[in-house]
Amino acid sequence: MHDKTLTELAAGLRAGEFSSRELTQDLLGRIDRLDGRLNSFITVTAEQALATAEQADAARAAGKAGPLTGLPLALKDIFCTRGVKTSCGSRMLDNFAAPYDAGVVERLADAGTVSLGKTNMDEFAMGSSNENSFYGPVKNPWDLNAVPGGSSGGSAAAVAAGLVPAAMGTDTGGSIRQPAAFCGITGLKPTYGRVSRYGMIAYASSLDQAGPMARSAADCAQLLKAIAGHDGRDSTCAARGVPDYPAQLDAPLSGLKIGLPREYFGDGLDPAVESAVRDAIKVYESLGATVMDVSLPHTHYAIPAYYVIAPAEASSNLSRYDGVRFGHRCEDPADLIDLYKRSRAEGFGDEVKRRILIGTHTLSEGFFDAYYKKAQQVRRLIRQDFLDAFDEVDVLMGPASPTPAFDLGANKDPVSMYLQDIYTIAVNLAGIPGISVPAGFAGNRPVGLQVLGTHFAEAQLLNVAHQFQQATDWHLRRPAFAEESA
Amino acid sequence: MAIEHADVLRAAHLARLGLDEGEAAHYLDDLGRILEMVDQLQALDTEGVAPMAHPLDATQRLRADEVTETDQRDDFQRCAPAVENGLYLVPRVVE
Repeated sequence: MHDKTLTELAAGLRAGEFSSRELTQDLLGRIDRLDGRLNSFITVTAEQALATAEQADAARAAGKAGPLTGLPLALKDIFCTRGVKTSCGSRMLDNFAAPYDAGVVERLADAGTVSLGKTNMDEFAMGSSNENSFYGPVKNPWDLNAVPGGSSGGSAAAVAAGLVPAAMGTDTGGSIRQPAAFCGITGLKPTYGRVSRYGMIAYASSLDQAGPMARSAADCAQLLKAIAGHDGRDSTCAARGVPDYPAQLDAPLSGLKIGLPREYFGDGLDPAVESAVRDAIKVYESLGATVMDVSLPHTHYAIPAYYVIAPAEASSNLSRYDGVRFGHRCEDPADLIDLYKRSRAEGFGDEVKRRILIGTHTLSEGFFDAYYKKAQQVRRLIRQDFLDAFDEVDVLMGPASPTPAFDLGANKDPVSMYLQDIYTIAVNLAGIPGISVPAGFAGNRPVGLQVLGTHFAEAQLLNVAHQFQQATDWHLRRPAFAEESA
Repeated sequence: MAIEHADVLRAAHLARLGLDEGEAAHYLDDLGRILEMVDQLQALDTEGVAPMAHPLDATQRLRADEVTETDQRDDFQRCAPAVENGLYLVPRVVE
């Protein structure tokens, strides 16, 4: 059962081939046997999962099952879950059991899904390799010497290894798409505001967005339909209707206009990644799409702008961890300032401190205009690049990452790690949606094709990704690791 | 714009982040290289471009003026490091 898609598992549940309890038990067993070597979960909620699965089976017996009832999944440990440790990958929140459920968690529970637990991640979602977690790095199931990507690395590795058919991630600069690419799964970052951020621990509030990570675009469509939509508790959540994403998957692609941003095929792109992406684009041509070159002229300013805006927002968001109301508190504080300073120094890891310091510095008196205001102006130019491109073409395509998954420990320098996100980060600044789709391999490591659309074009992205998956089988490949003790 | 040792210590103090001299030196090096990368922005002419704070240029919506929050103090204080009689405890600030 572990290598099936959500869609296939849903059919099995409907046909009575197995119960949700049996499926849940099977996957919990796999987590127990295999995750010691991957480290993809921080918390496994086995008892709660089995109880929820039994409720789902009862609902099905009573004729009350929806499309996702009884299907297991996992949640990145950034989503608050009532009564369950919600650590955000940080020592700061190691002792934090959330007092309420995030909007995404509520909707998934309402849809009848069964959460198996909380997945590992870079601390406070700051990282591109999952090496910044207080709980240790996650391994890539395709190659245990490689990183799974980040920050949603635990979610991606767990899906790729067949521990869960799907998982929720979040994406602030590529944190769904890059790990999806590195682990050979499908990951969608929706439009900013498409999914509620309520109860999703904030990193950079104008960039953060939750989305599904799964084995196919069709599965992502089902999950997005369940989690998208207005939530009055997130003032930036869009008040607009949610399309029936699964119903639009089968639209033919003839006449689709694909733009290839020149800047996404330049220096620094691994030749094996480029070759896989170009082959994928040929598949689209065979499906009736036309391809043209386009330009996103401000691409190279995206990483500099991001590393002003995201740390600035983070320095403000993370000021809530004060050692007073929740989270880590130092021993025997001498006074209130000592309590704040030592609690935060002990609770936060190296990368989080670096970003708090950068953000605090660039927002401070004398530096604000040169850094923050300038970065916000550049942000508008970056968004305009995309809007201009979408006047000419329907979607943009390119690699999700310039390289396949790199080795654990290979990127020790923070700036070289930041440059890994060159193809994903502008998308968050512009607020548009993007999806990474398995498109081949570079050696033994997966390559992701990234497809971008204009604001609220998720139905089109899912359709475009699904049609590719009807014509190719890259998304069906499974790592040997998943079979080892199956 | 170069960053100096004193800037790192000032940012650490503003952020209420305990940092000793050795750690400040470590971050000075990293922050210097990050800001050097960020300084590429200065090459771009942004005269007359309105700063963009939000990808959808949305404005804040208003909701009906109704009570929506209930008292959940006990729930919220369950995860607090130190409370007494419903109050959060901190070191003495007034003698």
